[in-house]
Amino acid sequence: MIPLSWYLTLSAGLFSIGLFGVLARKNAVAILLGIELMLNAVNINLVAFWRYGDPAMIVGQVFAIIVFATAAAEVAVGLALIISIYRRRKTVVADEIDMMKW
Amino acid sequence: MTVTYTSSMIMAILPEILLLALGLLVLAVDLALKEEKRRSLGWLTAGGLLAIMAASLMFARPGDPEMVFGGMVRYDWLGFFFKMLFLFAAAITALFMMDHKNLGHRGEAYLLLLASTLGMSLMASAADLVMLYIAIETTSIPLYILAGFMTGDDHSTESGFKYLLFGALTSTVMLYGFSLLYGFTGTTGIYELGAMFSAGQVSLGLAVGLIFLIIVGLGFKVSIVPFHFWAPDVYEGAPTPVAGFLSTASKAAGFAVLMRLFLIAFPDVAASWSLLLAVLSTLTMTLGNLVAMVQKNIKRLLAYSSIAHAGYAMIGLAAVSQLGVASVVFYLAAYILTNLAAFGVVVAVGRETGSDEITAYSGLSRRAPGLALAMMVAFLSLAGMPPFGGFVAKVFVFTAAVKADMVWLAIVGVLNSIIGVYYYLTVLKYVYLYRMENEDEDQHPIPLSRPYTIALVVLSIGILLIGTIFAPWFGFSGAAAVNLF
Repeated sequence: MIPLSWYLTLSAGLFSIGLFGVLARKNAVAILLGIELMLNAVNINLVAFWRYGDPAMIVGQVFAIIVFATAAAEVAVGLALIISIYRRRKTVVADEIDMMKW
Repeated sequence: MTVTYTSSMIMAILPEILLLALGLLVLAVDLALKEEKRRSLGWLTAGGLLAIMAASLMFARPGDPEMVFGGMVRYDWLGFFFKMLFLFAAAITALFMMDHKNLGHRGEAYLLLLASTLGMSLMASAADLVMLYIAIETTSIPLYILAGFMTGDDHSTESGFKYLLFGALTSTVMLYGFSLLYGFTGTTGIYELGAMFSAGQVSLGLAVGLIFLIIVGLGFKVSIVPFHFWAPDVYEGAPTPVAGFLSTASKAAGFAVLMRLFLIAFPDVAASWSLLLAVLSTLTMTLGNLVAMVQKNIKRLLAYSSIAHAGYAMIGLAAVSQLGVASVVFYLAAYILTNLAAFGVVVAVGRETGSDEITAYSGLSRRAPGLALAMMVAFLSLAGMPPFGGFVAKVFVFTAAVKADMVWLAIVGVLNSIIGVYYYLTVLKYVYLYRMENEDEDQHPIPLSRPYTIALVVLSIGILLIGTIFAPWFGFSGAAAVNLF
């Protein structure tokens, strides 16, 4: 069986790629994609820990399913906000959404 | 697996059940009413929230702390006290929303407010990481929408978007911390986590790392440095009643979680996180106050001031004592009243003048004496002047710091309060001493509609009450604090 640490390494890598995407990408949709990657890293963690821990305790699985659901809700709201910005300013570049600073 | 239902299960979440029912009622009535009549949904929401408060106070007062729903929710005074605060803040916010031109006649705005309040109530009593995560998201997602609610306004959509990006990012980092906590201990119950840490299941280094991940998410909610930079932009752009709600109830909910999580799950590494929180609190107070001094926009000024206040409240938590927790709870109660009043004045003035610049407040004392008085009460309380609530609250948190041998932290707090007095009084200088340029103030009165009057009177009396007759309030805070030790 594949050792647990492999899953954790995969998840840490995925989390880092997602975080890099959030911090480095300029396109608002790409930033949301980065956040999704990070959430999926969390899910890999949860499911792996559940399987390698005590599979009779389903809390890990339940947690992962709840993360799916909230992630979907968050993205739905995020895209709606991006669309409402795009309609008025014709841009989804995060750098140009900067009317307010300091 | 069989589940037996007991009456305490219903009582533990009675406010949440009633909030959901009220939300559905608001939606149904929204369908039945004509557009121009929908403003009265605000009365329904505010009245309903007060009724929920009354019902909870009568029937759902907690006895001995008790875990319900398989350890998901803890039924105790700490959660209950915070729930009452959230219900009150939401009721006042609903009144402020009524005469807002974009929010007042939209039933869904009231529903979002109620949904977010429901999430906060669960945050205050969640005793399990799964429950906690759902509660945090239930709070945040409606607030993202409310912040970006004015789709015709570039500032509002931008503010909603920024709030969502920072909120989603930080809550994901925190969630990663939760997943590791679950993995290394095999449990998600906050109270079981505490036992695991005491048993030495988790090494100190790992625990501190996890605490860092979790502080990112909760630090965002309470807006402490370095996770504060969203606050000024979001408060400036969001509809003002929503900004008021964000800066009070949402922040208090974050503190409720911080206290429960840190004191219950990580009591054995308290020395490490206490120092960390003390440093963050120092940075938060200092940066918030210094940057607030140069602000020209009243909403940004209040945003930086609310950052500074998160720092003051954090002092009580860094003290890691029963007195400390009681002082934080008391501080938040006083702060919710005070800051809601401050934002209420901004709502009322901004509605008439269409501007949130501080210069727009010139001659306010002549244009609307009552409003100016409410503003003075709120700002002097924020500055920490007796006999207002803010003064007593500050005394308690500084006492907690001194008792915990953190005299330096109390000194930093006092110095910061002095900086605070400067910029709060600067605003009052515009209100009371300056005149409108080349205009006769009597020609430009600021009318106050009935919901605003009621809300501001209630808040001003509350600020005075909590500052003069503070013993009963501190007694409640103390009863809440006992539950964590």
